[in-house]
Amino acid sequence: MPRQSYAEALVDALYDSLAADPRVSLIGSYVLGLGPQRHLMERVRKAFHDRIADPPTAEAGAAATGIGAAMAGVRPFVDLGTGSFPYLAWSQIVNEAAISCYMSDGRIPVPVTFHLLHGVRGGGAAQHSHSPQSMLCNAPGLEIVAPATAADVYGLVRAAFQSPNPTVVVSHAKLLGIESDVPAQKQSIPIGQAEIKRSGRDVTIVANSFMTQLSLAAAAALAEEGIEAEVVDLRSLAPLDETTILNSVARTGRLVVVDECPLRCGIAAEIAAVVAEHGFGLLQAPVVRVTRAQVPVPYSPPLEAAVTPDAAKIAAAAKRTLGARA
Amino acid sequence: MSQKLSADLAWPMLEKMLLIRRFEEAVLQLSNDKQFVGHYHLYIGQEATGVAVMSLLEPKDRIATTHRNHGHVLARGSDPGRAMAEILGRASGLYGGRGGTLHLGDPELGFLSTSGIVGGCISLGVGGGYACRQRQEGALSAVFFGDGALEEGVSFEALNIASLWRLPVLFICENNSTGSWAPGQGYPTLVHASSDLCSIAKSVNIATMRVDGADVFAVHAAASEAIALCRSGQGPVFLEAVTRRWPGNNPLWPEPVTGPTDMRMATGEFAPGGEHADWLSHHDPVLRLARTLASHDGGAAARIASLDAAARQRIADAVKFALASPFPAAETAFARVFA
Repeated sequence: MPRQSYAEALVDALYDSLAADPRVSLIGSYVLGLGPQRHLMERVRKAFHDRIADPPTAEAGAAATGIGAAMAGVRPFVDLGTGSFPYLAWSQIVNEAAISCYMSDGRIPVPVTFHLLHGVRGGGAAQHSHSPQSMLCNAPGLEIVAPATAADVYGLVRAAFQSPNPTVVVSHAKLLGIESDVPAQKQSIPIGQAEIKRSGRDVTIVANSFMTQLSLAAAAALAEEGIEAEVVDLRSLAPLDETTILNSVARTGRLVVVDECPLRCGIAAEIAAVVAEHGFGLLQAPVVRVTRAQVPVPYSPPLEAAVTPDAAKIAAAAKRTLGARA
Repeated sequence: MSQKLSADLAWPMLEKMLLIRRFEEAVLQLSNDKQFVGHYHLYIGQEATGVAVMSLLEPKDRIATTHRNHGHVLARGSDPGRAMAEILGRASGLYGGRGGTLHLGDPELGFLSTSGIVGGCISLGVGGGYACRQRQEGALSAVFFGDGALEEGVSFEALNIASLWRLPVLFICENNSTGSWAPGQGYPTLVHASSDLCSIAKSVNIATMRVDGADVFAVHAAASEAIALCRSGQGPVFLEAVTRRWPGNNPLWPEPVTGPTDMRMATGEFAPGGEHADWLSHHDPVLRLARTLASHDGGAAARIASLDAAARQRIADAVKFALASPFPAAETAFARVFA
């Protein structure tokens, strides 16, 4: 099976979306940030220069331009940059894009796609390490996807462009260079479907985005100790695939939820609540959450590591659900 | 008629302005009768702007409007009954009662989602212009907003983007300030340190025009020029239409301080009086247009009365339709979060 980096697959998805639909355009083309993969976008800029415009430093204005254009029937992609910049466009995303379809009784859908680079990227300090997706999950009307692999980012970005709804694609900055298997013919992937990335009988680990990669690493380490963890990759945060989560917990009886959003009212909290509400009888042990600590992200590397999930913390959490000492 | 507008065009505009006036008066009455809850905003005193601009737009054009939208929707041709039903939260409203007074719109007539976030509508309108340019159909995006919308930061971002990308956007700033005009110094508002709102658009190289927003002839002439500029591909135009705020909009909630508009004030049969005589004599766009028509046409009084009677009847029918419409079923509240 061929392999690709997350960044290469994301770029392919943008290229193929532009090629497939003349209504598609890019507002902002620096989707790969400042990292070593950034040159990959040159191929897209060259082929579709008439449908790519880089806006001024105007996050709200750029987001609104995409939203208004989508209301008028085209399909823009708005790159919001680092995960902290959407806060400048918050009103546009949560109070214009998310509500328009509902408030117009379905008459004004908003087929816009937003992209942001989220997460603790290393040295980003408090203002450039954000994962705003748990807050966005509080805005009914948004589709939110958080892929973890090359095949998934390709498929979900293609699906975002095809969706009639506003879709937020969050890419973890640390995923861009990670390679994974891709099918020879990459496909669109339906929004709202989780995927079991590794099967196991002992404990379910629910994750998304870069946390899926860390959870797979944790599962590999656990396997060496004879513990078989099942890794459920959410892929989509909204709509949430409750069925796949509950079915996995039904098999394992134990649940660890991993997410890089802060602890309080986060995605991990929501999944724990779903399982408590609909799968309480399935649980043989308390749910354990592994999230970013409820503190701003510090700059210095040892401090940053202390507040951020990693494979060791995830493995320890899995053992706790099995009654072993961490 | 010295203005560049023939009677053939003026009469249909009076008809629309009267329709809006009677609609708004009915909304005020329905609110006072507790037929709907929540705050609302009336277009009384600004009818000339919406009607003149809309008369120049084409079906393919896009429109963004704000919380003070009733006049824009009616001027564009939406059904008054469905508009009124929306305000009353009824199932037969333009949006099934989900948007209400702050969010009236009609996508089949080119409306984007109507934002009640005042600067928000400006930025959405720029998106409308982006789509118009991408589609290359010669369409433009007309954005209506008040002077207060320019207080919000996103409006600057939107103006800057529209100018940088030369988008076909007509910004119509309806300055309904209470301030009085000082020659050569623009029109101050209560909410801007600047006394010249056009200077905000000028600072990002957008062509600007300022007109008396209560003079339908002036608005028509300026908008005609602005629209031609927009369609020529030269980028956005900022048109400031200045009106003297209708006194009924000064209280926190609208009040019928001038009473139902008496069109006999336009034909000399009845003289404006009381504390609002100045507004009625000089700043009411509906009366102003009717006076101009009356001064050029001996038979105008009867025609005005007849148009007014027809407008009253249409609005009475609209109110009747809206009040007879059912409320939406509660279980529908959970549908259409997604398309």
